[in-house]
Amino acid sequence: MSAHETKYSTVLQTDPLTTSYYVRNLEFWYGDFNALTNISLDVMPSAVTAFIGPSGCGKSTFLRCMNRMNDLIPDTQVGGKMLLKGADIYGSGVDPVDLRRRVGMIFQQPNPFPQSIYDNVAYGPRLQGVKKKRDLDDIVEDSLKRANLWKEVKDILDKNGLAISGGQQQRLCIARVLAVQPEVLLMDEPCSAIDPTSVQKIEDLMAEIKDEVTIIIVTHNMQQAARVSDYTSFFLQEVAGEPAVLVESGKTSDIFTAPIDKRTEDYITGRFG
Amino acid sequence: MSEDKNIESVEAGKEGLRTDANPSKKTLTHTPSVAMREFAETAAQREKPPEVRPATKLQLVSRSTQIKEAALASLFFICAFLAVLGVALIFAFVAFRAFPLVTEIGLWDFLTGTTWSVAEGTFGAVPFMLGSLVVVGGSLVIGVPLAVLTAIFMSEVATPRANSIIRPAVELLAGVPSVVVGFFGVVVVVPLVSALVGGAGFGPLTAWIVLSIMIMPTITTLSEDALNSIPMGIREASYAMGATKWQTIWKVVIPAAKIGIIDAAILGMGRAIGETMAVLMVVGNAPQIFAGISAPISTMTSQIVLEMGYSSGTHRTALFGLAAILSLISMSLVLTVRLVSRDQHKKRKKVKKGGVA
Repeated sequence: MSAHETKYSTVLQTDPLTTSYYVRNLEFWYGDFNALTNISLDVMPSAVTAFIGPSGCGKSTFLRCMNRMNDLIPDTQVGGKMLLKGADIYGSGVDPVDLRRRVGMIFQQPNPFPQSIYDNVAYGPRLQGVKKKRDLDDIVEDSLKRANLWKEVKDILDKNGLAISGGQQQRLCIARVLAVQPEVLLMDEPCSAIDPTSVQKIEDLMAEIKDEVTIIIVTHNMQQAARVSDYTSFFLQEVAGEPAVLVESGKTSDIFTAPIDKRTEDYITGRFG
Repeated sequence: MSEDKNIESVEAGKEGLRTDANPSKKTLTHTPSVAMREFAETAAQREKPPEVRPATKLQLVSRSTQIKEAALASLFFICAFLAVLGVALIFAFVAFRAFPLVTEIGLWDFLTGTTWSVAEGTFGAVPFMLGSLVVVGGSLVIGVPLAVLTAIFMSEVATPRANSIIRPAVELLAGVPSVVVGFFGVVVVVPLVSALVGGAGFGPLTAWIVLSIMIMPTITTLSEDALNSIPMGIREASYAMGATKWQTIWKVVIPAAKIGIIDAAILGMGRAIGETMAVLMVVGNAPQIFAGISAPISTMTSQIVLEMGYSSGTHRTALFGLAAILSLISMSLVLTVRLVSRDQHKKRKKVKKGGVA
């Protein structure tokens, strides 16, 4: 697979400081299995980047490298370079806990804590030592507003986070992450398990917050990628058992209208995957 | 008349379906209940031409299947019913044998009497009630934290390798007969306690240590189940928020598993209240009011075992009285803890509501 060369419709940056994430030649192993190889890409700040590709192509694995969630899985290994605003997140002594506070994550299945809506959103701030009731109230209200959920839950903040609908739960999870003011928001297929109205609201809020928070979204939905993202990266594992590669990366408008690689075109037009 | 005809033709249609599936049923179809007949009539009126031949034959439920299903359902019911009946019979029997104490000793004297003397014929239950409560309470204070922390370690911290040693050990501990644990208490814990706090070493402190060892496996296993049933996604969410392992365990996982852990503690308490042999061997068996962690006392269970063999008359009635109290206390303790845990849940919610509004 070393022969593989990623095609870029936008030139890769040379200065890591102009990017949010600066990834070069990233490798990833689950035990002996080389899951990702030679991934190089830029994630631009204040924009939405979409990762697309068929199931099992490593896009979620790559996403979980970005806040070191893969550290929690035993026997995994990372090689290559991954810089957040120029700082190596896999550098020696880097605290993954603080990294994760700065790089929030939303999962495919909404996963609110079995606590009240208020406590869910206040969880992060409380961890950071915010104790004053008034400060917490403000953060909770502000975060729920940014997550487009405030109107629906403002009278039921004491209700269990699991008692609201799936789509509301997902927005609650977004509010919970936004409450700790992350710089980057990683979304791992956030809309695949929820209702269309909530999908709409989540896409709206992505557009609203992307100036402050760099967003990276993994999605199986081509239309969604085309709708919400500014940049798109297409991942593919061509042969089972071989590592996945980054086939093509660039502006969403280029990828969807004039893909360079034949495989990108095939995937986008629905010929496989 | 025309309605009757319709019914008959419907029946005839059914018969046609039924013939090869279950010929023996023919006789039954002619004696439908009133409700069934009404249904058949209205159905017949709605669907006028019943001559339409179905294009397929649907297999009917066979008689043997029906019988099997019904038999299984009643078997399960009987088993469940036996459990209920057993509890009811035991309570009734104990209550029946204990009842004479109302006249022989007097209920009030029995419940408030602090002296238990077979020779003098005074039977006061207070020393044993207090003794049981002290022994159970102390063993919970030691055993529950020990067990819950072990469960947390097994579920959240330990590697599979470590668990492959700890889990069988805990299960083995659960299987050790109580008389063996009692032996361990007599040989190891009693001298230790004697050296530590003085006295003979027989008393509440020794019983606490021995009992907490006995209830620990139950609580550990059930708590670990409760912790393991918490979805991984919740932990991931917490980590992804920048929480450390300990923050995740204390603030997310344990609150989520709280009810399961309380249930585990209740079951452990049930075991502690009923435990007889190990307690009997180390507690000292002196019918005295609790007077310190090293002064011998006795519990309801151990007193019953010690004296039931040679008791008669009023003495025996008094022992049945102890058994009745034991049953009531264990029942009410379980109910109390359940109520308390439910109340706390409600209270917490109310506070939150008031605060936010």
